[in-house]
Amino acid sequence: MECTATMPDRPEKVYFFGTCLIDLCFPRAGMAGMELLQREGIQVIYPQQQSCCGQPAYNSGFPDEARQVARQQLKAFPQDYPVIVPSGSCGGMLKHHYPKLFADQPEAAEAQHLASRVFELTEFLVNVLGVELEDRGQPIKVTWHSSCSALREMRVIEYSKSLVRQLKNVEVIELQRERECCGFGGSFSVKQADLSSAMVADKVADIEQTGASLLLSGDCGCLMHIGGALEHRKIAIPVKHIAEFILERTRG
Amino acid sequence: MAETVVVDFPKNFTRALNDGQLRRNLRAAMDTLGMRRRTLFSDPVAFEQLRARGDAIRQRALRQLPELLERLETKCTANGIQVHWAETPAQANGICLEILRRHKATRVIKGKSMVSEEMHLNHFLEEHGVEALETDLGEYIIQLDHETPSHIIVPAIHKNRDQIARLFHEKIPDTPYTEVVEELNAIARKVLREKFFAGEVGVSGVNFAVAETGTLCLVENEGNGRMCTTAPPVHIAVMGLEKVVERLEDVPPLLRLLTGSATGQLITTYFNMITSPRKQGEKDGPKEVHLILLDNGRSKIWADPELRQTLKCIRCGACMNHCPVYTRLGGHAYGYVYPGPIGSILTPQLEGLDHAGAMATASSFCGACEEVCPVKIPIVDILRRLRVESYNKQDASNAVKGHGYKTNATESLTWKAWALSNAVPWINAVNAKLLGLLGPLLPRLPAWGIVKGWRQSRALPRFAGKSLHALAKESRIRDE
Ligand code: SF4
Repeated sequence: MECTATMPDRPEKVYFFGTCLIDLCFPRAGMAGMELLQREGIQVIYPQQQSCCGQPAYNSGFPDEARQVARQQLKAFPQDYPVIVPSGSCGGMLKHHYPKLFADQPEAAEAQHLASRVFELTEFLVNVLGVELEDRGQPIKVTWHSSCSALREMRVIEYSKSLVRQLKNVEVIELQRERECCGFGGSFSVKQADLSSAMVADKVADIEQTGASLLLSGDCGCLMHIGGALEHRKIAIPVKHIAEFILERTRG
Repeated sequence: MAETVVVDFPKNFTRALNDGQLRRNLRAAMDTLGMRRRTLFSDPVAFEQLRARGDAIRQRALRQLPELLERLETKCTANGIQVHWAETPAQANGICLEILRRHKATRVIKGKSMVSEEMHLNHFLEEHGVEALETDLGEYIIQLDHETPSHIIVPAIHKNRDQIARLFHEKIPDTPYTEVVEELNAIARKVLREKFFAGEVGVSGVNFAVAETGTLCLVENEGNGRMCTTAPPVHIAVMGLEKVVERLEDVPPLLRLLTGSATGQLITTYFNMITSPRKQGEKDGPKEVHLILLDNGRSKIWADPELRQTLKCIRCGACMNHCPVYTRLGGHAYGYVYPGPIGSILTPQLEGLDHAGAMATASSFCGACEEVCPVKIPIVDILRRLRVESYNKQDASNAVKGHGYKTNATESLTWKAWALSNAVPWINAVNAKLLGLLGPLLPRLPAWGIVKGWRQSRALPRFAGKSLHALAKESRIRDE
């Protein structure tokens, strides 16, 4: 797997961008992400001024509104620290789309500066911090969902999976169509509800056939979507963000 | 001629999604095509290099498009090929008919051509008393069943063998029922053979036109393209004007990318290069070759630097083979000639957003198309741009046809409110608190609007009692 950015040396401090979805629905995943960093001796800063990366509006055809929200993030993360994001999707927005969104704006340089400091959580844990995990949990079979943005935009899936593979009591059973989208796509899931439902139905069937008792992913958007579909069908396979999972299994 | 097509996207989508047979046929076919492509491009580094070259070639061609087209015309003319320019499909059809009339021709044999589909040429010719017979096997199959192509490379991909067996048995006189592929091939071959010799004019598409030499390149697997372009005394080639490349040496990398991406072939069985009509002393080949260059909105697309990238397309179909939406809908549900990811960026620009804008919403932005596109078209960026244009009421000179069709107060206000709440920290904090308090109630909300769409197959998300902002503060995580 190729490296997507020049990795910095081990920093003293990092920013944590929690993402709006984690903020509202999966805060424990966010807390776990920060704890994993702190545990490695990194000082974590969580700017209370942060909100959403702006992607919902950006992908729906409302770039002005997206910029308005994105400007607030430019303000919230001004220092030269790495910005760690527990999501391929929001990380991709900051890293790959902010420069485009601000290309002809006064904040172009600021956006570039932020983009160049963005790292997805697992890529940072593996590449910069070289974390080593000791599994203290019971044997478990899990399966892994790759979000499209983590896979194709941030290209960090190998890092995420390498962390799970470090856990010796965890057996990962791969999906048959791991590279296929779960059908979330933000507003796509409601604007094209039929299509999105057809896609997630296939994803759910794929998850079921693995026989795993837990679904992991690095993106809470997908987890909310797939988790909702599992619950709708009354299938008792819970979903969990990788950060929370790793923390639980390695905590003393 | 330019009849306005009204496509009922929601109805089409629902119908396609409920068609289990179609879903199974498509899944099987797409899996095979995808696997073949992966086998051929098994070395990712080599593939990246090759497609960087393909991208560069197409970009260079588009940069100098007007000059290259002029050069192509000059060269072709010098070689004896008659060049015609058509701004609209109606004009292109008119030119075809005029040529046919001049030769008193009433029977046309056709090789596969998506541009002729764009012109609805068969239908037009039929209306004017000309029989147009498709000779590509897939095209022949769907013509028998009065259908249009559902895929730009494999037009009958939505049908499986049993369906084709039944179709042949029912539609071709004196044909016993058989499911044996070789026998089905033999049946089609027998019918087509006779027609090849009766054809008075051959019509084909063009995969690449080389400006430097005035050469028309045609890629095919069945030999029917060669028959159509050599057996009848007149050959008409129809081409979208973006298909021109600068030099002959540009062709091999593009050809490799095209066949590899489309069917996983190193090279197709036939590759035709047509540079002139039959010359004096030659024993075969058509006496007349015509090239019709169709614009149909392409020059408008070309004028916009971002949208221009749409025109890099070499029509390999890989984007649809890998698209999770196309795989579940098939081509017909899109309602227009070009389906899948390329169709979703091209069609709204050709037909206008007010007609085909919904195609730009039928994507989860998963990016599987971009990952395989052999000329690196930023399909997702262009889809996003089309979504922006759908709400863009201002009259910008480079705006896409039919822009602003979606503008509505409710949606604009919703996004304005969303932006405000996410741009102003204290509003955001209050909202988070409210949602936290309301959280437990949400799963019991009545099903309306977007909630309804979500709830049709997914339980509603629960809002956490405390936001990450609140938890971080409680845990004294530094706020700078
Ligand atoms: S957009 Fe790319 S992948 Fe799709 S048909 Fe065109 S060249 Fe092929």
